[in-house]
Amino acid sequence: MAAGKEIRTQISSIKNTQKITLAMEMVAASKMKKAQDRMLESRPYCEKISNIIGHLAYAHSEFQHPYMNSFKKLQRIGIIIISSDRGLCGGLNTNLFRYILRQVVEYQSKGIKVDVCTIGKKATSFFKNFGLNVKSVLTDLGDSPHFDDLLGTIKIMLDGYDLGEIQQLSVAYNKFENTMIQIPTIMQLVPIVSIKSDNINHYWDYIYEPNAQEVLSALLVRYIEALVYQGLVENISCEQSSRMIAMKSATDNAGDMVKELELIYNKARQAAITQEISEIVSGATAV
Amino acid sequence: MSTIHVDVVSATESLYSGEVLCVFAPASTGELGIYPKHTALLSILKPGEVRIETDKGIDSIYISGGIVEVQPDVVTIFSDTAIRANDLDEFKALEAKERAQDEMDNSIDTQDISAIQAALSESMAQLQMINKIRGKKC
Repeated sequence: MAAGKEIRTQISSIKNTQKITLAMEMVAASKMKKAQDRMLESRPYCEKISNIIGHLAYAHSEFQHPYMNSFKKLQRIGIIIISSDRGLCGGLNTNLFRYILRQVVEYQSKGIKVDVCTIGKKATSFFKNFGLNVKSVLTDLGDSPHFDDLLGTIKIMLDGYDLGEIQQLSVAYNKFENTMIQIPTIMQLVPIVSIKSDNINHYWDYIYEPNAQEVLSALLVRYIEALVYQGLVENISCEQSSRMIAMKSATDNAGDMVKELELIYNKARQAAITQEISEIVSGATAV
Repeated sequence: MSTIHVDVVSATESLYSGEVLCVFAPASTGELGIYPKHTALLSILKPGEVRIETDKGIDSIYISGGIVEVQPDVVTIFSDTAIRANDLDEFKALEAKERAQDEMDNSIDTQDISAIQAALSESMAQLQMINKIRGKKC
């Protein structure tokens, strides 16, 4: 019964794996809840600041901030790529990277070069080997990232924009639709895309204190940071929910495999017994 | 009595939201008192206390700087979660840049380590095989 024993060890090892995936599924489920709460808590800030940017588009300010003007010709663009630090979360990162690469190839075919800034280990090790210019790296943020951790990375990219090295900056992350659906998204940060309608024509503007330039710089930088932070917390929610789903299907698959293997094991056992009996019987008749 | 809607938000949470009589905020040029029907205004805030007067009493919130937007019937105060200073931001930016440099120069990261470990164990197995064959021959 050599085959039988092998199958039995295989079954027990699959059962052990199943225990691990089940535990990971439950951990991911509880982390997902927290991540979603965090995402919802940071939403008001993002919405309010977007509102102001919308108002600014209507305001007839005499000062035009560089982040509001778009360049005629793109030569080089920057993308901030948000990924997870850890794997085992289904196709989450792969889908995002594939989506980004398609865009990058499209840009390159137009002669536009691409700088990237990676957040998370997965993006770092993926894009490092890809021949793109990696401007900055941020890893090990954990499940509850701090707002200040992001500042340096964003500043590098914005400095590049200020100096004219890049003419456009985007952020790429997984948008959280619901637990089952995550959508890879690339969102343009600067130049700021604001919806401007011509309905309001009367002239008005804010009073700026101390002056328009300082206030707008402070506001726009915070706006961009808020968008990136929102992307980051959404990506973490996506990571946890995607991991939960992946681990759930792994647990289910392990269960199916165990069932099949048990069937094979029983058949092998029966066959072995039948063979033994028939050997005994034939032995007895021979005597 | 007329009221004005006040929202105090930070990047990680919503700190206050409600109808109030008036609100005081520490603007960079001095304290601002904002009553209903104030004209549209954008100002930088320095670290300090935001006082909110309602008919029930006075609420006070500490913020570490931020921005205030005033519309005639809505005031939005954005509180910074991070303490900001130009040289501090500069330092953080340098750090991030260095990390990128390290990552590019140094080809060993966690994924590579596991790949190298796999390659190592494979060559170990090969070596063992070779030793066994040699042992038999000798």
